Amino acid sequence: MDKWKDNKAWFLVIPVFLLVAFSAIIPLMTVVNYSLQDIFGPGQRVFVGLEWFEQVLSDTRLHDALWRQLLFSGLVLLIEMPLGILIALIMPQKGLAASISLVLIALPLLIPWNVIGTIWIIFTRPDIGLFGAAINGMGIAFDHTSSPIQAWITLMFMEVWHWTPLVVLLAYAGLRAIPEAYFQAAKIDGASSWATFRYIQLPKMRGVLTIALLLRFMDSFLIYAEPFVLTGGGPGNTTTFLSIYLVKVAVGQFDLGPAAAFSLVYFLIILLFCWMFYQVLQNVGKGEKA
Amino acid sequence: MAKITLDKVAHSYGANPLAPSDYALRLIDNIWQDGGAYALLGPSGCGKTTLLNIISGLLTPSKGRVLFDGKDVTALPPERRNIAQVFQFPVLYDTMSVYDNLAFPLKNRGFNRADIKTRVLEVAAILDLTDSLGKKAAGLTADAKQKISLGRGLVRSDVAAILFDEPLTVIDPHLKWQLRCKLKQVHEHLKLTLLYVTHDQVEALTFADHVIVMYQGEIVQIGTPQELFENPSHKFVGYFIGSPGMNFMPCTLEGNEAVVGDIKIRLNDQTAALGAGARGKLELGIRPLYLEVHDRNVQGSVPARVKSIEDQGSYKIVTAVLGSRNIVRARLAEGKPAPCEHAWLKFPESWIRLFSDERLLKN
Amino acid sequence: MRLQKRTFFFMGYLFLLMLPIYWMLNMSLKTNADILSSFTLYPVNITFENYIKIFTDVSWYSGYINSILYVTMNMAISLTTALPAAYAFSRYRFLGDKHMFFWLLTNRMAPAAVFLLPFFQLYSTFGLIDTHIAVALAHCLFNVPLAVWILEGFMSGVPREIDETAFIDGYKFPRFFLTIFLPQIRSGIGVTAFFCFMFSWVELLLARTLTTTNAKPIAATMTRTVSASGLDWGLLAAAGILTIVPGALVIWFVRNNLAKGFAMGRV
Repeated sequence: MDKWKDNKAWFLVIPVFLLVAFSAIIPLMTVVNYSLQDIFGPGQRVFVGLEWFEQVLSDTRLHDALWRQLLFSGLVLLIEMPLGILIALIMPQKGLAASISLVLIALPLLIPWNVIGTIWIIFTRPDIGLFGAAINGMGIAFDHTSSPIQAWITLMFMEVWHWTPLVVLLAYAGLRAIPEAYFQAAKIDGASSWATFRYIQLPKMRGVLTIALLLRFMDSFLIYAEPFVLTGGGPGNTTTFLSIYLVKVAVGQFDLGPAAAFSLVYFLIILLFCWMFYQVLQNVGKGEKA
Repeated sequence: MAKITLDKVAHSYGANPLAPSDYALRLIDNIWQDGGAYALLGPSGCGKTTLLNIISGLLTPSKGRVLFDGKDVTALPPERRNIAQVFQFPVLYDTMSVYDNLAFPLKNRGFNRADIKTRVLEVAAILDLTDSLGKKAAGLTADAKQKISLGRGLVRSDVAAILFDEPLTVIDPHLKWQLRCKLKQVHEHLKLTLLYVTHDQVEALTFADHVIVMYQGEIVQIGTPQELFENPSHKFVGYFIGSPGMNFMPCTLEGNEAVVGDIKIRLNDQTAALGAGARGKLELGIRPLYLEVHDRNVQGSVPARVKSIEDQGSYKIVTAVLGSRNIVRARLAEGKPAPCEHAWLKFPESWIRLFSDERLLKN
Repeated sequence: MRLQKRTFFFMGYLFLLMLPIYWMLNMSLKTNADILSSFTLYPVNITFENYIKIFTDVSWYSGYINSILYVTMNMAISLTTALPAAYAFSRYRFLGDKHMFFWLLTNRMAPAAVFLLPFFQLYSTFGLIDTHIAVALAHCLFNVPLAVWILEGFMSGVPREIDETAFIDGYKFPRFFLTIFLPQIRSGIGVTAFFCFMFSWVELLLARTLTTTNAKPIAATMTRTVSASGLDWGLLAAAGILTIVPGALVIWFVRNNLAKGFAMGRV
């Protein structure tokens, strides 16, 4: 299906363009502006060129936050993608059971992010929370406010609990879109369940899994509210991820210049990763069509 | 090779079928002989795909049994039935090469590499796919993909029957004919039982030795293309086969004549006798091919008013109104002069068919 | 009922998924004193006082109304602007189309913290601080690209022959779009509406920054439940449960669309 070539199509796009540009370009300009200047007070600013960028890029605490962030996002993707696909495979596919399952599965996605943090604060407290009490009951002294490992584990539980449903929903939809004939042919060919998954279901889910991967990467890399509410970045700064660090710098230290430079760098890192993921997945698809 | 028997098979997609209309397939009791090429022809929703899936094992019938060579296979899943199925759109393993696609069914059944290779090369040769073996299956044209689908069925030397579910649907028109010829070649070469489902009568009539016409869940007629054309046993067959379909006019019988409105048409003795013995609603049927059109009054013809004339290339179709409201179509052979406003239609006695309650009256 | 391995594991997953939510429910039906004094798996002395407090206290329930208001506004704006744009991306090639599309996506990749100050200044200038429309517009930043992305995927699944036939039949574009095209992508619209609702409903940072009192979302109110006697757990829990309700309703309404497949998708 070749598309029609017509530049007048721009008219259809203008509302979106204006809306997003209005929201995006002005802040972007502001951020670029701030990142290149030192602001002492209203009306007192000095152009400092790339000084803030140098400062930001050599900030060891930023490096630490970046590594923590990469580790976190990496773990998130490693756990949530396979788990989400698995759940989508084993859940009821049709009928009322499917509808109810979908609603229940989607519930965690609809909770405001700071409420998620709150839920898990309560849930993990040994005195009033089931999880905390249960762990304590097993003989492990549970206190995520003092133990970095426990803080990380709690965060991972919270994150996986919160966001795997997104992968499940997307994977489920992808599976439902596969025509029945493929499964019929596989049966006739004597294919095992694993072979059916590997040669039919997985390839045909490439589209939705790309969306899932990109969304999960972006959102986990940008994560702020949930970990902030649960651990505040601590104990110490063992769970201070990039966003939390950024806000600390911007708000806590009131240093807009470095914060702006940091934001741009942050944005570019995400852009780079997303672009890479996108290209890889597109090429896998093209390879199939070569 | 298998003889396929359907023993009183009926199927309903609902849980509690009560009336006949709840059944997608009403009573089917039929035997398909070994090595024949059969077409299942009928409009959408007539149950042909249901029937196909019951034979292949993708569907278990609500009632009745399916037998292959006398053995009851009703409970057996598809992979144990030695059948292969080609679907409406190419169903392939996109991530694999053509070779791996063809090898897949054999790999799953545990054949060794050498045997697989021999077999795949054989089948690829039959289907003219040898040059594409190394390529990724996903990048080929639709007709090549359908050949691969067929190939996956052919590689299994124990395959008894190949079932086709409207396989040419996505193929470009100019390639359809080529693919049909290839199918016929395969049939003659390998002598497999082929069952071909379609709603396109041209496909059915050119492909099959025997055509099974289905309508509303029932087999309406089985016969050679010629039998279906000359002696349709049901009004639906008369109407569905042939382009345009058979003409039907309600009539009554008066001695040796059929009376349509106020027009009398002569019948031969045989046909008249059949009509006399009939009980239900009587209709007269004649194929446009046999209905003669004249531009002047000839012996034994009846007048009609010409409504339109369509040029179909090597022949024309004349649409005329007989009497007050009976619309009939007739085929005007090349070269014959076309009537203008009035035509005279002659009904050759040997080609007139009488239908009672939509069923053909015959001896 | 045959208990297969997969059913067992799936039910296990659902159980674990519901557990924290159940726990909130449990707590929301107890008094604070109860919560802190005894640890029970179900509310022994059920009380609805937390919910009553929320429904009768203006500062609480107005939070809900505020959230519902700006989320609905956002959904409306996002959908109405994204639909024509998605159509353009799906059907036409035009100057800069691929770049434009990717640029739209990149807007989702920026940390919200980046936008806090600029947005605040921007909306201040227009006097829009503490209005619902401000939050609705701000959320468009990430919802509109997502809406365009998803809708374009669905639209590309509709054969262009339908468009061409309609134009040949003399339909003008608006009429064709509304009466013929949109019904074809009904599930896509449902899915998009769901995602727009979801991401707007749960977003806190921007919503809190741009509002002070009149348009304050419920999630922001909840962070203020610290009092002299410590956190009001029961109240917090009840508020939390209530934030789930609108979402649950939305999913229930679009459940058929989700099931039909948002993977006629893109990419």
